[in-house]
Amino acid sequence: MATTPFPSAITATGLSKSFGDHVVLDGIDLDVPRATVFALLGPNGSGKTTTVRILSTLIRADGGQATVAGHDLDREAAAVRGAIGVTGQFSAVDGLLTGEENLQLMADLQHLGRAEGRRRTADLLERFDLLDAAKKTAATYSGGMRRRLDLAMTLVGDPSVIFLDEPTTGLDPRSRRTMWQIIRRLVAGGVTVFLTTQYLEEADALADRIAVIDHGKVVATGTADELKRQIPGGHIRVRFADAAGLDAAARVFDGSSRDDEALTLRVPGDGGVRSMRALLDRLDAVEAEVADLSVHTPDLDDVFFALTGTPTGTPTGSPTGTPAGNPKANPTGARAGADTTEPTTEKETAR
Amino acid sequence: MSALTHAVTDSTTMLRRSLRHTLRYPASMVTSLLVPVLLLLLFVGVFGGAINAGMTNSGDYINYIVPGILLVTVGYGSSTTALAVNKDMTEGIIDRFRTMAITRGSVLSGHVLAATIRTMASLTLVVGVALLMGFRPTTDPVRWVAAIGVVLLLVLALTWLAVAIGLASPTAEGTTGFLLLVQMLPFISSAFVAPETMSGSVRWFAHNQPFTPIIDTLRGLLMDTPVGDRGLVAVAWSAGLALLGYLWARTAFNRPPRP
Repeated sequence: MATTPFPSAITATGLSKSFGDHVVLDGIDLDVPRATVFALLGPNGSGKTTTVRILSTLIRADGGQATVAGHDLDREAAAVRGAIGVTGQFSAVDGLLTGEENLQLMADLQHLGRAEGRRRTADLLERFDLLDAAKKTAATYSGGMRRRLDLAMTLVGDPSVIFLDEPTTGLDPRSRRTMWQIIRRLVAGGVTVFLTTQYLEEADALADRIAVIDHGKVVATGTADELKRQIPGGHIRVRFADAAGLDAAARVFDGSSRDDEALTLRVPGDGGVRSMRALLDRLDAVEAEVADLSVHTPDLDDVFFALTGTPTGTPTGSPTGTPAGNPKANPTGARAGADTTEPTTEKETAR
Repeated sequence: MSALTHAVTDSTTMLRRSLRHTLRYPASMVTSLLVPVLLLLLFVGVFGGAINAGMTNSGDYINYIVPGILLVTVGYGSSTTALAVNKDMTEGIIDRFRTMAITRGSVLSGHVLAATIRTMASLTLVVGVALLMGFRPTTDPVRWVAAIGVVLLLVLALTWLAVAIGLASPTAEGTTGFLLLVQMLPFISSAFVAPETMSGSVRWFAHNQPFTPIIDTLRGLLMDTPVGDRGLVAVAWSAGLALLGYLWARTAFNRPPRP
């Protein structure tokens, strides 16, 4: 992915944004090649939505530069707007209009002309499986239908860059699959998609490149595989019957991380027979009573955990715990070394 | 297409959208029509006889009250607009409009145009009801045109204020204060009884608040009585409030959206 014959659809250097004292974006660099899917992955409050709002001209960055579809964000905002489509986190459909009228409204605002507007409306209704609901007001739509209509409205203007802010949040699994198919088809048609998600699975399934964002900083970028490679192995998750067992075990396993509420310990390891036997022997030696045990092969969740010191979505539950990230994990990420926040670096090297 | 033709096209598109809302869900318009008509029935039918007895210089009470009822109609109409604008702002569609290459203010001008059409339609119906109930206004066409002008200016003033409040309120509940204001202010004005009959500070307030000169001017124009300098005061108030509402709305609309 490093070399591409196409110029970039989105570039950003040093984007920053604060609301009052609260720093939301702390110098973001991005480079999204044309006709690819780029995923900005991070927990709630990490700055994903703010990034989308800046890149889609809704709000201005405090610092940094960005171009979208070849246009400067600050100086050519109108040209940017002409080239993009945005589907926000909360569906931006007119609930009082029918699906068809919503699309027609977009066509009118894009100055498509009557015939072309009607043609495109009919085409999108069919493509997004909304023909049956075309004459019903959008307020009566299900969550999945609203989301589909929302995206269809975004496509009326034939944008070359599409921003999707958490496109599947709140959707049932089936609607999520449908949305994924739609996104894949868009990219096949040459559109660039910039999506944000807190689902690792989603970034893994859709994105050509992923940037992991945490506390307003990009802590790693790469393909899903590149990111996964930053974790040398998986981990074994041991749940104990009581806190005493957890305490005893935590003392003997170096590099493990504990969760006091769940009474679990994450022990780095590949889950092979030999390492499992060693683990069980050591648990026996300290007489810790194990309630259950599971082997985890590395996934993006582990990457996230290793990079940020917190699991996705939730802050760390154990103040005394150390992150599971292997000391070797961090330096392999090209950007992670420079961008990782100080506390994380400290934790990574503390042991 | 030039920027101006785009502005006109986009505003027309937004106007069509707003009118479609009104036609599809006429409930709010019916309410804003029903209240003035009910007030008319109540004041003329119930209190009219008693009030008539206390009034020295006028003929029928209905001729006195209609200008105030027209103002109430405009007020209720504008509170519908405040709600509609607020709904747009809070439901995410405004963010879509903002990220499209369209004339920025077209969604607001669409709302204002739709509100004007809606309110003028309501006013026509209210005047019709009043005529049926015995309202006998002037037959001088010049005075009618002047009266319509005064009403139009008032519609613009209250509508732009309503748009500003709809934009500035974080929730729909935030606009209820505006509704309360346009509901209550006519009662402490010359709409239903002459301010001279009120007591002390209330009289002072009724005499000096913006609605009174507007009502007095309308009454003078419709009933063929001298308007005097009240006309100038009325136009100044309306134009001032319209400008204030417009500037406030523009500021609120251009403010960066909440994070």
